[in-house]
Amino acid sequence: MTTKTDLTAPGTVPVFFVEEEHGHAEGSTMLGFWIYLMSDCLIFAVLFATYAVLGHSYAAGPSGKDLFELPTVAINTSMLLLSSITYGFAMLAMDKERQGQMLFWLVITGLFGLAFVGLELTEFASLIREGATPQRSAFLSSFFTLVGTHGLHVSVGIIWLVTLMVQVMKHGLIPENRRRLLCLSMFWHFLDVIWIGVFSFVYLMGVLV
Amino acid sequence: MLNSDLLKFIFGRLTIEAIPYHEPILIVTFVGVAIGGLALLGAITYFRLWNYLWTEWFTSVDHKKIGIMYVILAIVMLIRGFSDAIMMRAQQAIAFGSNNGYLPPHHYDQVFTAHGVIMIFFMAMPLVTGLMNFVVPLQIGARDVSFPFLNNFSFWMTVGGAVIVMMSLFVGEYARTGWLAYPPLSEAAYSPGVGVDYYIWGLQIAGVGTTLSGINLIATIVKMRAPGMTMMKMPVFCWTSLCTNVLIVAAFPVLTAVLALLTLDRYVGTNFFTNDLGGNPMMYINLIWIWGHPEVYILVLPAFGIFSEVVSTFCGKRLFGYASMVYATIVITILSYLVWLHHFFTMGSGASVNSFFGITTMIISIPTGAKMFNWLFTMYRGRIRFEVPMLWTIGFMFTFVIGGMTGVLLAVPPADFVLHNSLFLIAHFHNVIIGGVVFGLFAGINYWFPKAFGFRLDPFWGKMSFWFWLVGFYFAFMPLYVLGLMGVTRRLNHFDDPSLQIWFIIAAFGAFLIALGIASFIVQIAVSIRNREKLRDFTGDPWDGRTLEWSTASPPPDYNYAFTPVIHDHDAFADMKKRGYKRPLEGYRPIHMPRNTGAGVILAAFSVIFGFSMIWYIWWLAALSFAAILIGAIVHTFNYKRDFYIPAEDVVQAENARTTLLAGGV
Repeated sequence: MTTKTDLTAPGTVPVFFVEEEHGHAEGSTMLGFWIYLMSDCLIFAVLFATYAVLGHSYAAGPSGKDLFELPTVAINTSMLLLSSITYGFAMLAMDKERQGQMLFWLVITGLFGLAFVGLELTEFASLIREGATPQRSAFLSSFFTLVGTHGLHVSVGIIWLVTLMVQVMKHGLIPENRRRLLCLSMFWHFLDVIWIGVFSFVYLMGVLV
Repeated sequence: MLNSDLLKFIFGRLTIEAIPYHEPILIVTFVGVAIGGLALLGAITYFRLWNYLWTEWFTSVDHKKIGIMYVILAIVMLIRGFSDAIMMRAQQAIAFGSNNGYLPPHHYDQVFTAHGVIMIFFMAMPLVTGLMNFVVPLQIGARDVSFPFLNNFSFWMTVGGAVIVMMSLFVGEYARTGWLAYPPLSEAAYSPGVGVDYYIWGLQIAGVGTTLSGINLIATIVKMRAPGMTMMKMPVFCWTSLCTNVLIVAAFPVLTAVLALLTLDRYVGTNFFTNDLGGNPMMYINLIWIWGHPEVYILVLPAFGIFSEVVSTFCGKRLFGYASMVYATIVITILSYLVWLHHFFTMGSGASVNSFFGITTMIISIPTGAKMFNWLFTMYRGRIRFEVPMLWTIGFMFTFVIGGMTGVLLAVPPADFVLHNSLFLIAHFHNVIIGGVVFGLFAGINYWFPKAFGFRLDPFWGKMSFWFWLVGFYFAFMPLYVLGLMGVTRRLNHFDDPSLQIWFIIAAFGAFLIALGIASFIVQIAVSIRNREKLRDFTGDPWDGRTLEWSTASPPPDYNYAFTPVIHDHDAFADMKKRGYKRPLEGYRPIHMPRNTGAGVILAAFSVIFGFSMIWYIWWLAALSFAAILIGAIVHTFNYKRDFYIPAEDVVQAENARTTLLAGGV
């Protein structure tokens, strides 16, 4: 990089190019991924808005109060929140260059994620058994879609997690892998934030109203 | 019985009946396309170009080549979309009284839907994205975009969407719903065929590409500007591109989500937009316009950027009011989210809501007007050179102001109650999209063509194209304003009142002139390629340009700039020329570049197969191709060798060749 004095020194012909290789902006991955997350966030925003509009269109079918079981949802929520903490532990281990420890925490994270998805699928199955299918009413359509889209994201996150674990085992904690682990970290925490919205807005308020 | 079950399993709902062999128009088109396509494929094979095309173009991650491929896609789709247009004009010009014209309603409805979808998503969007892709990295002094592979993948996903739409012409049918597929008409109950599914999957596949390319260009503009280029020293085209890509990232996910909900309604039987069980079609209409209104600014902002570059270059002056131009662009970006409801004032939102959206809509004309004055003041006392890009710009200024004023008129809710869905509306949005976007894109193509290929476009045929388009536009759309004021609504394929016919004949004549304009443009390209030696530009700076892209060779080397430029002022290259910049002749170094990959083509091909099998309910193929996409994407992430160095000797060779050219050519 050219120094500041070169650019502004009076009376000299200004410098119009730099001789050294100019950076390839490796830092843009984080920014790019962050922007992608915001675009994903908008998809959730649309689903939340749809739920807000259609969430009371029961079509003489069951309402949230009839269907939601808060204890199950509480366990489910704690699975996801704990998985975020363990992902954090994995990142701390990565910073300390402890690959084995990091992989251990990633496995724990993945298991929490699987538990979350498993519980959600059980919940869906029992709802459908009771006749509260996505086709039953606009409320249930928007409920299944919002919660299901989140669950789909978590599932994709788990596949990604496994892929990254293989890659770390193969190549170690090289810069590319660190960058990818940081991206997945953002993705994982983002899904946590979305879930907090789902939990409060769909389940808590559904039971209260 | 077993046999038919098996066939159903293998082919889903795809039967021989899906091939429209009883429609003579489609058969003739198919024969034409097939002969043309075979001739093209044969020629590529005969001249042994497949390897060249695959290694140098299809798998290329070079932003310039991807940009050029986007523009080629857009021109092909322009011809398809325009064929639809001229068919509609011909039908409406003759279908009066006892004459039913030549297009039956079910065909006519597909034609107007396909026309709208193709012109917006597969003509205007690729052209805009193509120009941004080509120009933005050059203008900010970068060697490529932030995510070169993603760029290639985005392009092929856009192609994939276009392929799906084109398939509907010969296999099955396209949607008969209009270009936004409003429910409940687009629901399974009222559109049970494959038309709406073609619509959905075509847009979803292309939408992935559009969103990713938006993310890519934002990261590029924010992170990869050359040293010294602060945000407020960026060329205006970069600013409008930045705002457009912000709009893309903030609007396209909404389209993705709302189309996904419609998909669930059609495939799973949910009740988002149905008439019963609590569904609400208005939800769809709100959501689709929350995407749809920003979309028109996504298209027109880059055009505004092109006009700004062209005006300042061909008037030999710095752009008047640079800062106000930037702020106007940002204000338009924000306001574009606050006006969506003006597309359905008549749907009973109440006076207060309608007034709010009416007022926000009118406010948009203020920053747009400021831009218009900036261009005028740039021209004032400038030494104007009436080259082809400048002609398009002046044509735009006249035409767009008319379109803008009819827009303000439509923004008044009571007036809109009279004019809603009338031909007045059709005239208005064609007035701004042709007069703004299309004219801008033609200005941009004529302006940057010499940068891309090293020779200019023939000015005579360029002027022919411009005048045919300009005059044709007025003939084609001014009658529609008149008809709209008389109460004629859109999307009709037959009329009873013979007194209206003369206006439709005038409009058809206008469409014919526009056809000559498009033909002239194609002739212009052909003539220019034939006369390329005469039109050759050795300097890299044929227009006495002002921004960085003109400082490098035409066509630019793969690495764009041997040395990263340093910027001190607006109009960086004009500043360099003024202050005695000397092109560096030694000290070249190896240059770090991204490596080509075929992953984008392969993933997009799987996506097309997935879309096609979803459309035809071929579930086994859908599952297979979906798995292939997933596995393909994962396998791609195992490829860590994504870059290489161009050796210093190659850079020396390329730069020395340019030095010789500059010495001989000037």
